[in-house]
Amino acid sequence: MLDKNEMKIAFPSFSSNESFARAAISAFVAQLDPTVDELTDIKTAVSEAVTNCIIHAYRDRIGMIYITVAIDPAGEVTVKIRDKGCGIEDVPKAMEPLFTTGGSERAGLGFAVMQSFMNRVRVRSKPGVGTTVTLKKKIQSRRIGA
Amino acid sequence: MPVHLIYREESVRAELIGEIDDYTARQMREAIDPAISRLHPKKLILDFSAVPFMDSSGIGLIIGRYKLMRLWEGEVTLSGMSRRIEMIVKLSGAEKIVRKERREQHAG
Repeated sequence: MLDKNEMKIAFPSFSSNESFARAAISAFVAQLDPTVDELTDIKTAVSEAVTNCIIHAYRDRIGMIYITVAIDPAGEVTVKIRDKGCGIEDVPKAMEPLFTTGGSERAGLGFAVMQSFMNRVRVRSKPGVGTTVTLKKKIQSRRIGA
Repeated sequence: MPVHLIYREESVRAELIGEIDDYTARQMREAIDPAISRLHPKKLILDFSAVPFMDSSGIGLIIGRYKLMRLWEGEVTLSGMSRRIEMIVKLSGAEKIVRKERREQHAG
């Protein structure tokens, strides 16, 4: 059971917690000795997913955001960002670049950014129940922490 | 304050300071909008020299200011972008509507 290197954080969807989420995740992933670019890719993708929880999932209330980060000996990072918010009716539509329900200050690029900076992006959502976004990235590591 | 505003004759230069996400983009917008809405400058320069990180909230910030500046036919120029910020701007297509300025040594 405990052969997996994994960490979990949970925090309320205050917008001011976004930088905390990025910092916590990059501090954990740092043990894989990623390049600055690899780390920034992950930070950017996580930032997009957390923003989605804050401005879409919990649009008119504060709810909890749950993040799990797992790293495996081969250097693969898996980040799961889960909310118990409103859910997404039409996931393919939500993932289209420039589509947004977030108003004029949102570019509709969250998923496009996740997809361009990570190797895999998976979205599972159920209206009224919540959304889980799973992000995977292989670190071309020089030193595997294990 | 995450923004320094520098006023010149017909332009306003906004030096953005710190990471840009949904939270800080809101603060930056609230600092910039009252100033440009009052002055109607011909040019708004968004300077990213002191921005170490930006997610797509930065694109919303750029496009939102562009729309506002268009109300009096002003234009938006992006300055001091890192390679990563430029990548996100490129991904968004926003580079088609704004001008770009090379990294400046002085903000004088």
